[in-house]
Amino acid sequence: MKILIVGGGMGGTILGNNLARRLAPELRSGKVQLTMLSASDKHMYQPGLLYLCLGRMTPDELYRDQASLLEPGIEFQVDPVETFELDTNRVKTKSGKTIGYDILVIATGSRAMPEMIPGLAENAETFYTEQSALKMFKRLQAFQGGRVVIAVGVPHKCPMAPLEITFMLHDYFKDRGIRDKVQLHYTYPIGRVHSLENVAKWATPEFDRLGITYETLFNMKEVDGKNQVLKSEEGTEAKYDLLITIPAHKGMEVIEKNGLGAGGFIPTDKAKLTMEKHPNVYVIGDTTNIPISKAGSTVHYQAETLGENIAAIVKLGAPVREHDGKVFCFIECGKDRATYAMFNYTTPPDPKPPTRAVHWFKVAYNKLYWASARGLL
Amino acid sequence: MAEKIVVDARGSFCPGPLMELIARLKFAQVGDELEVLSTDKGSSADIPEWLNKVGHQILGTREEAGVFHIALKKMK
Repeated sequence: MKILIVGGGMGGTILGNNLARRLAPELRSGKVQLTMLSASDKHMYQPGLLYLCLGRMTPDELYRDQASLLEPGIEFQVDPVETFELDTNRVKTKSGKTIGYDILVIATGSRAMPEMIPGLAENAETFYTEQSALKMFKRLQAFQGGRVVIAVGVPHKCPMAPLEITFMLHDYFKDRGIRDKVQLHYTYPIGRVHSLENVAKWATPEFDRLGITYETLFNMKEVDGKNQVLKSEEGTEAKYDLLITIPAHKGMEVIEKNGLGAGGFIPTDKAKLTMEKHPNVYVIGDTTNIPISKAGSTVHYQAETLGENIAAIVKLGAPVREHDGKVFCFIECGKDRATYAMFNYTTPPDPKPPTRAVHWFKVAYNKLYWASARGLL
Repeated sequence: MAEKIVVDARGSFCPGPLMELIARLKFAQVGDELEVLSTDKGSSADIPEWLNKVGHQILGTREEAGVFHIALKKMK
């Protein structure tokens, strides 16, 4: 049986390692072939970008060689897919190879698209790539005071990022001794400060306590860079001296080009993790259109479910469980306190008051991530 | 006419039905009809309020077996 994983991010890597362990005898005997195709030979710890833009991590801490994270049974190739031929169970790669499969897993992720809003890319700072996070770091260092507006596009990767960057900016400016010269103004697309109701109930009084102003039902429409004004779809405006955005995301271009899903997000069964109308194609992580957080934690648990199921297909002839939608997200609440939100498809989260202990757990996880990607944690 | 786009946000806590709708609207064409399915009672009020504020047309709302159906047309 040929198993092909397209994508070497967190989902593809955890899944590949999970399968390589579960199917070690079958891989040794040649009964199963496990191949991973990726666009890069490097693996980035994307949550580290939140720390990079504030000078709390450095770029070298964010990367490992992808091959060093993978179990020996995985045939890894840096050769991104350009064409999906799902009706004939094969893909074509950038180098011109045609690769067939019995089971395909698509885990290509998503990308920040500030250019979807006129004027945003030119006038806002963001931290969703190494380059933009470094640019934001330098801009923050030069900033001496004024109105900082945080603006959030939809959909976006890491639903906690808007709150986290706001709380961390509060501490950043406080540490520099200029918090009294900075007005932090947070905007959010729906009618409360976070999509999770219990998180919003906790964060709103925290904003009040810290003197952070906020405006809800604010969806970015365009940026007037000349006059430093952000305009919303709802008809309101936010004047800024420094605009920071969590931009809207799209799925990867190859997904859109192949017509696999609107916006690059593939229609996916949330329990089976199969692509609509293609029972031998699985989709995990940001690539799905499942109404769930686009976050590393989401794909971590999906990869574990899928690893168990694909191994069961090989060994038993059928998958053994449905995915429950589990997510566990840390929420940094400043430079030294954090809490977390844990939920699934049926149970909402109930975040506890932030503590230093959870913050240090998150700091530890920033290092432990590499063990997580290897499937050891 | 294009097929109605269904935004199935049943059981979605995060990002939730309104965020799912806002995201899907970005990739829809003006004139497209969409229907949001939600099990969150709050969305049955929040979504129409937002649609009215932004200027999309509400085609109908109904509740069926605990699921709220909100039909709309993208106007801009």
